[in-house]
Formats: sequence, C-alpha cells, structure tokens
Amino acid sequence: MNQPLPISAGDTAWVLICAGLVMLMTPALAFFYGGMVRRKNILAILMKCFACLGIILLAWAIYGYSLAFGRGNGFIGNFQWAFLNGVGTAPEPAYAPTIPHCAFMIFQAMFAVITPAVIIGSLVERIKFSAFLVFSLLWLTLVYIPICHMVWSADGWLRGMGVLDFAGGCVVEINCGVAGLVSALILGKRIGLTRPTLHNLPFVVLGGGLLWFGWLGFNAGSALAANGVAANAFVTTNLAAAAAAVSWATVEWLITGKPTMFGTISGVIAGLVAITPACGFVEPWAAMIIGFVVGPLSFFAVSTIKQKFGYDDSLDAFGVHGIGGFWGMIATGIFATTAVNPSGSNGLLLGNMAQLKIQFLAASFTVIYCAAATALIAMAVNKLIGLRVSAEDEIMGLDITQHYERAYTMLE
Amino acid sequence: MRLITAIIQPHRLEEVKKELYAADVNLITVSEALGHGRQFGIDEFYRGVKETGNLLRKIRIDIAVNEAFEERTVAAIIKGARTGKIGDGKIFVTDLKRCIRIRTGEEGSRAIG
Repeated sequence: MNQPLPISAGDTAWVLICAGLVMLMTPALAFFYGGMVRRKNILAILMKCFACLGIILLAWAIYGYSLAFGRGNGFIGNFQWAFLNGVGTAPEPAYAPTIPHCAFMIFQAMFAVITPAVIIGSLVERIKFSAFLVFSLLWLTLVYIPICHMVWSADGWLRGMGVLDFAGGCVVEINCGVAGLVSALILGKRIGLTRPTLHNLPFVVLGGGLLWFGWLGFNAGSALAANGVAANAFVTTNLAAAAAAVSWATVEWLITGKPTMFGTISGVIAGLVAITPACGFVEPWAAMIIGFVVGPLSFFAVSTIKQKFGYDDSLDAFGVHGIGGFWGMIATGIFATTAVNPSGSNGLLLGNMAQLKIQFLAASFTVIYCAAATALIAMAVNKLIGLRVSAEDEIMGLDITQHYERAYTMLE
Repeated sequence: MRLITAIIQPHRLEEVKKELYAADVNLITVSEALGHGRQFGIDEFYRGVKETGNLLRKIRIDIAVNEAFEERTVAAIIKGARTGKIGDGKIFVTDLKRCIRIRTGEEGSRAIG
C-alpha cells in the first residue's frame, strides 16, 4: 500500500488562484475584441466568449480532459477520466505531484476555454452563432485536444521528443492563430468594409489590461507550484509584455509619426504571446529581447502582410497569436537555460542546436496539423449548416439578428 | 435655396458620400437618427419578454444647396442609398429662407457654397 502523496498548501493555493486568473482572460478577451468591432456586433462577441465558458468547460469535464491528458498513445488520450471519474483530491504525480488532481484539471480547463475564444477574432461580424458552437466544439475535440496531448501529456510524442512549451506556444497561440487565419479564409471577407471597425478603444484597453493580469496566472501558474520557476515566469512575462508594448509603439512612431494606444495595447498582447512558451525556461534579459523582437514582427504582419494578401483575419488572431507564438517557440529554442529550470533544456546560445530544431519541428507540425484539420472542420460546418449569416443580417448587425438584443441605446 | 434632408440606411453612408463628391457636392452634415416605417423595426427580447415596434438606426444627411444643385444632389443620394429593399429611406426637399456664414456674416447663395 503506497502512502498518499502529501499536498502542498502553497502550491494548491497558487494553482487555484491562477486558474481563476486564466478564467478571467476569456471575459477580458471579450472586451478586448468587443471594442474592436462596430457597435452593432459587440454582443455577438461577448456571447461567443461566454458560450466558450459554457460549452467548453462542460465538454472538458465530460470527455475533453480525459482525451487530452489520459494515457492513450502519442497522439490522443483515452476515456479513463471521462466525466472526471478518478479526478479527485489526490495528486496525479505524472502532472503535478503536490496539488489535487482536480486543481490541475480545472487550471487546464481554462486554457481549453480561451483557445477557441481567441479564434472568434478572425470570424467576427459575419459568423452564424449556431455554426460557431458546432465549429468550436469540433475544433476543441479534433485540434486543441490532440495538440495538447502531444505537447503536454505524459505520453505525448512531442513531449517525448523534448519540446519546450511552458504555457502554450504551440498548444494555445500557434493553434488559435493558424485556426483563425484558415477559418477566416474559408469564411470570406465581411461585406463592404471601407474603414476600421473599432468602436470603443477604452474597452480594448480594459480587456487588454485584464488579459495582461490574467496572463500572469496563465504563465506563472504553468509551473504548477509556488516555486522559483513560477517566480521566474512571472518576471519574464511582465518584462516581455513591457518590451513589446514599447517596441510596437516605437515602430509606429517612426513609421506613421505618432504612437497610438491601440498599437501599445496590441504590443502588450504580442509580448505576452511570445513569452508564453519561453517564460519558465529563459532569463529576464532574454524575455526583454523576445518582447522587443515580437513588437515589430507582429506590427509588420498586421499592417503589411495582411494588407498585401487581403485576407479578413478581422482582429488579427493570426498576426498576433500565430506569428508571435511561432517566434516564441523558436526563441525558447534559442534562449532556454537549465539554470532557470533544471527540468528544461539548454538552447542554441548554450550550444544546444538540437533544441532549436525540436522547437522548429514542433511549431511547424502544429501549423500544418492545425491548418489541415481546421480547414476540414470549417468546410464541413459550412456544408452542413452554413458558416455565415445572410447578407441582410450582416448589414443589420449580428447583435439584433442573431440574439435579438442591442448593446447601446440612443434614446432612453 | 433648398435644404435637402435624407434619411438613409447607415451602411449606405459611404456610397452616398462617394456619389455626392462625384456630383461636386462637398458640404454635408451627418447625424444619427432613429426611426421606422410601416414595418415597425425588428423584435427585441428582454429576459424572455418580447418588445415590438422598436426603432432602427438610420443616418440623417442635411445639405443646403442653391437651386442649380438641387437635382444632382437628390440624384446622387438616390444613387448611393438605393438597394431596392424596404428601409432605403426618404429624401425631403424644403425651401430655405436664409443661410448665414457665421465667420463672415455673408448671407444667401454666397454663404452656401
């Protein structure tokens, strides 16, 4: 008879608080996105974000957690923990030996919620609500869960290969960014768009600020313990966000003549994205470089590449999360050091070229798998129930036509 | 002098502006308006309770012109705003008694252009 593993009060408190912080990111994202669309479409975004909190949390408990983290093969888990059977207060040593298993499960659940929610940014102002529900459940099941299993589960093949993805560069950022681009291409452009749609910049900043706050739980909580690695991740996360805010605003200042609030908050998010896979493996100076580089990189993606190719990745899920996430995965392979995290690896700067190759391979695999699977899902949903609302409904706005509600009144 | 007031669909504003510029009508005032015609807007729900007869968002355009510009202004608005569907809006043309430019005190036709 084995002794039950002792539970650490400090670790458990930290991970539960972090799960709460990550939960807050989805409502924060709702406002971050909601401010960027025309006022006739904001409720449709808030609604989709809360729909993710609703259906994805339930799906995670019913089968998602088990398929993602249960012992299956290198690509997908099994149903050993379906309906959270066996996911109780005793620790699961393969993932987090000092906290209750259910604390690890609910922390991971919040990641599964926000990832499909980020994709909303590419589909705004034109996707049918019912189609989004079906799309996001299929995407969770066929894209998020397999990639999550491959990268993070005990028997995932990418984890077995030694990939470093501390808080979700592949699992969350590349995944949602690429899915956004692919589904936006299949969905098509919005009708008659002649000018930017942003209607409430303070909402964007409010949401972005709360995303920064929540991201501290997302990244530092991924240590799954209240320890030095968590503290390092907390420091690197803040520094990368700060560096990218400064570099994005500076590039704008140089190119367009003025720094903007919208650019600054976009830089914050790009910095948080880029440090996500690296935060628990790199030192603070490296985090600053990672942040400084991602600002101009994402700025170029959304201001030049998107314009050139003319795709309607409406709120730049790809430019910020896809590009930033890929850079973050590569940067982890460059700057990682076991001085920060003994269970990680050294990167290129410490002579370990192999790690950089592994990072590149894992990121590229995620791009290819996610693009192919997302395309199939989006085309299937389009065929079955249609992805887009009618042109009349799109012109009238999704709030009133999809939900029979309006965000703002003009008269009392 | 005429005052031309048009109530149009919000999403046609850009087209209407384009047509007005093409007709060399460059001075306009735009405001938001609410209204409905015989269709009584669209239903809304408040915690399960239906509300009918709601006002829809419209755009109101006011343009003061000299007589010589009346027809081309009306034609430009129609060209830009017409979709052929219910709700395209209306144009009202009224005689304009006076027009004063505040900065200079000029009056009449000279003040309009």
